[in-house]
Amino acid sequence: MDPQDALLTILGLGAITLLSRAFFLLPRHELPMPPLVRRALKYAPLAALVAIIVPEVVLTRGALIGTWADARLLGAVAAAGWFAWQRGILGTIAVGMLVFLPLRIGLGW
Amino acid sequence: MMPGMSAWGLVTGVAMVKSGLGIGPALLMTLVVYAGSAQLAALPLMAAGAPMWVIWLTAFVVNLRFVIYSAQWRIYLGHLPRLRRTLIGYVAGDVNYALFMKHWPEQRAEPGQLSFLAGGIAVMWVGWQVASVTGILLAHQIPMEWGLGFAGTLALIGLTGSLLADRATWVSAGVAATAAVAAYSLPYKLHIVVAVAAAVAAGLLMEGPGSGLHRPLRGALAGRR
Repeated sequence: MDPQDALLTILGLGAITLLSRAFFLLPRHELPMPPLVRRALKYAPLAALVAIIVPEVVLTRGALIGTWADARLLGAVAAAGWFAWQRGILGTIAVGMLVFLPLRIGLGW
Repeated sequence: MMPGMSAWGLVTGVAMVKSGLGIGPALLMTLVVYAGSAQLAALPLMAAGAPMWVIWLTAFVVNLRFVIYSAQWRIYLGHLPRLRRTLIGYVAGDVNYALFMKHWPEQRAEPGQLSFLAGGIAVMWVGWQVASVTGILLAHQIPMEWGLGFAGTLALIGLTGSLLADRATWVSAGVAATAAVAAYSLPYKLHIVVAVAAAVAAGLLMEGPGSGLHRPLRGALAGRR
């Protein structure tokens, strides 16, 4: 991405933060939110995050990895396990990196 | 919550530089965008050269939870001038929302709320920016092949976990994962759009009777019983 495009992308992302966080604060008069929309909104962010994370972890150049000997996969499993147990974001990052880094730097996985 | 937020800010700072952004653009991003999950979601797309509209759409979808928050904020902040309440919304993140709703579960405007919120926003903003800028400056000292950008993915795993609440959200997430992998070869990173559509449909179907799906679309959208 060339610098000008990157700049424009970043400014657009800033506008999106403003638009989403102030969505119902911006209009002059209160807007009703239909219940079906409210329910659909519950699933969309979760789905987008999963759709970003999972391919980052289980695909290499667009193909499924065929082995467990992968630093990302084991790091992600360890991190998810820690979160399920302790539910803290700090520990999740720390445990995931503690598994990931030795495998990546030491073994080249 | 502060150590977790700081770790996340640090990771986001490192991830921005490690995905190829220069120091200048990375600093601009942390100051202007100020939304960790949307930033971390946008970075791999920017690195892969995805079209701008896909990057923006993805960030907006990740940010949809803020749209829900803003409907709540309207109840508490609706009496403020438009510009003021909009700017407050702009800088109020997940943690501010969680703390505020815990403190004022009754949905009505009360004195003291504004200073509580302003204090929380200031603390989170400073904590986040210090951590993020530290990450940006630190990232240059760390070799690329360590793969430190992976910490950003781990932060998103934590956030995802916090959104998994019941069977419907688990099934919805499972559908998103399989759809994203199956549709990965689509151009323009459109697999994310496909996965979101499939997962929202799956989640609504899981809610079953009473979800409003048996009603005619018009009635369901208007919320009539």
